Amino acid sequence: MNNIIQFENVSKSFGDLKVLNKLNLEVKDGEKLALIGPSGSGKTTILRILMTLETIDDGFVSVNGEYLWHEKNNGKIIPASENHLHKMRDHIGMVFQQFNLFPHLTAIENVEQPQILIKKRSKPEAKDKAEELFNLIGLNDKKDHYPHELSGGQQQRVAIARALAMEPKIMLFDEVTSALDPELVDEVLTVLRKLASDTDTTMLTVTHEMNFAREFADRVLFFDAGQIVESGKPENIFANPEKRRTKEFLKKFINNVN
Amino acid sequence: MEWNWDHAYAVLPQLLKGLVITIEATIVASLIAYILGLAIAIFKMSKSKLVRVSLYWMTEFVRRTPILVQLYVVFYVLPDFGIFLEAFTCGVIVLGIHFSTYTSEVFRAGIDNVSKGQWEAAKSLNYNPYQAWKHVILPQAIPPMIPPLANYLITMFKETPLLAFITVVELFRAADQYSNSYYTYLEPMTLVGVFFLIVSIPSAMIAMKLEKKFKPIKVTR
Ligand SMILES: Nc1ncnc2c1ncn2[C@@H]1O[C@H](COP(=O)(O)OP(=O)(O)OP(=O)(O)O)[C@@H](O)[C@H]1O
Ligand SMILES: [Mg+2]
Repeated sequence: MNNIIQFENVSKSFGDLKVLNKLNLEVKDGEKLALIGPSGSGKTTILRILMTLETIDDGFVSVNGEYLWHEKNNGKIIPASENHLHKMRDHIGMVFQQFNLFPHLTAIENVEQPQILIKKRSKPEAKDKAEELFNLIGLNDKKDHYPHELSGGQQQRVAIARALAMEPKIMLFDEVTSALDPELVDEVLTVLRKLASDTDTTMLTVTHEMNFAREFADRVLFFDAGQIVESGKPENIFANPEKRRTKEFLKKFINNVN
Repeated sequence: MEWNWDHAYAVLPQLLKGLVITIEATIVASLIAYILGLAIAIFKMSKSKLVRVSLYWMTEFVRRTPILVQLYVVFYVLPDFGIFLEAFTCGVIVLGIHFSTYTSEVFRAGIDNVSKGQWEAAKSLNYNPYQAWKHVILPQAIPPMIPPLANYLITMFKETPLLAFITVVELFRAADQYSNSYYTYLEPMTLVGVFFLIVSIPSAMIAMKLEKKFKPIKVTR
């Protein structure tokens, strides 16, 4: 299987703070990945670099066999142009912690507008696609509501539908349930589980829901200080972590939860 | 002194002509204030610090000097440098520029009011900057701007009598001319007040309605 995402010696700093230090990471096409780790370890930064919301200082990121932040020009490798980034963004979709639905549009318009503007679909095509996705997220009866008329969990499900409508090869989920009241977490995770089992979309999920990570992921990555400390199948990472830092993190985590 | 209806009737045609000039001046000046204000707001977000800092001081300078002084300078001093402008043109330009320093704050607050997450969502869906402005940012930024912009329109309307000082025969100067010819201030000036009220009160009520409808942003500075 090919690597759909590859980080090679990627470094990233914010001022004096080195968030990623020569990070190497490979993700296979169709893989479902869970990123776990302490706060500030750089998990969000990795997703934001992939979504082109954050630049890199050094190294190379490849997506779908092409450089993301660079392009080839007459055999030379130069920083990516806006055109190149635009083309590459087509492969990637992202769901944010704060939903970021467009508040001036109804739920279904949120899902239709990007299809019409970016995918150049006709209005009926966009509507069909949106309705299919509202079925998937179980929100058919709320599709004409405005975001502020929906609960957090419902808004997040619409945000997932909006990203899915663009049919990206790679979906990024950044703590998509952390802003939700506990009783609303499950309805969103259910959608993610369904996606994981029904589609071959590559999924990268940053999460603090360890039980979810365990069932959802093919592979779990434990991050600390911008480095991958340990990576492996969920059953191994959660049951028999090899590294001390992973053990400590999981122990603290499980103690906090229970 | 007693109210004399003959004076009141006699001055009316001149006052109506003055009112038309006043309204024209308000409209042109506010268009200048809105367009220039939007331009200032956009340039104040410029990446270049030089642009931002110079704009800051230019707008501070304009805002911190009296409109009347600005009118005199443009109307009476610029001709010494070979720049001749008609009184009306001078007046609307000065008013427009003066108020653009205020409207620019409204535009900026309106744009700042749209969260960074909205830009990021638009980018993650691959909207280009033009599409993001048109379909995501401005539709959210504009409605709360409408009430404060409407309030500045009313303020500008009330400031138009200043143009009388540079010979524009707007409502106030029309009344003043009559007063000077017939030695009566009561009727002309009362009517001027009434005219201003007739226009401002309904406008203020509309502005208040707009405020209820659009939940205006707070302009802080
Ligand atoms: N735009 C920024 N400017 C300055 N520092 C930033 C910026 N974005 C992130 N950081 C810092 O970089 C570090 C890594 O941030 P990141 O958001 O990737 O962590 P995280 O692993 O997602 O943490 P959390 O679990 O709290 O979400 C943090 O210390 C954060 O404060
Ligand atoms: Mg994070």
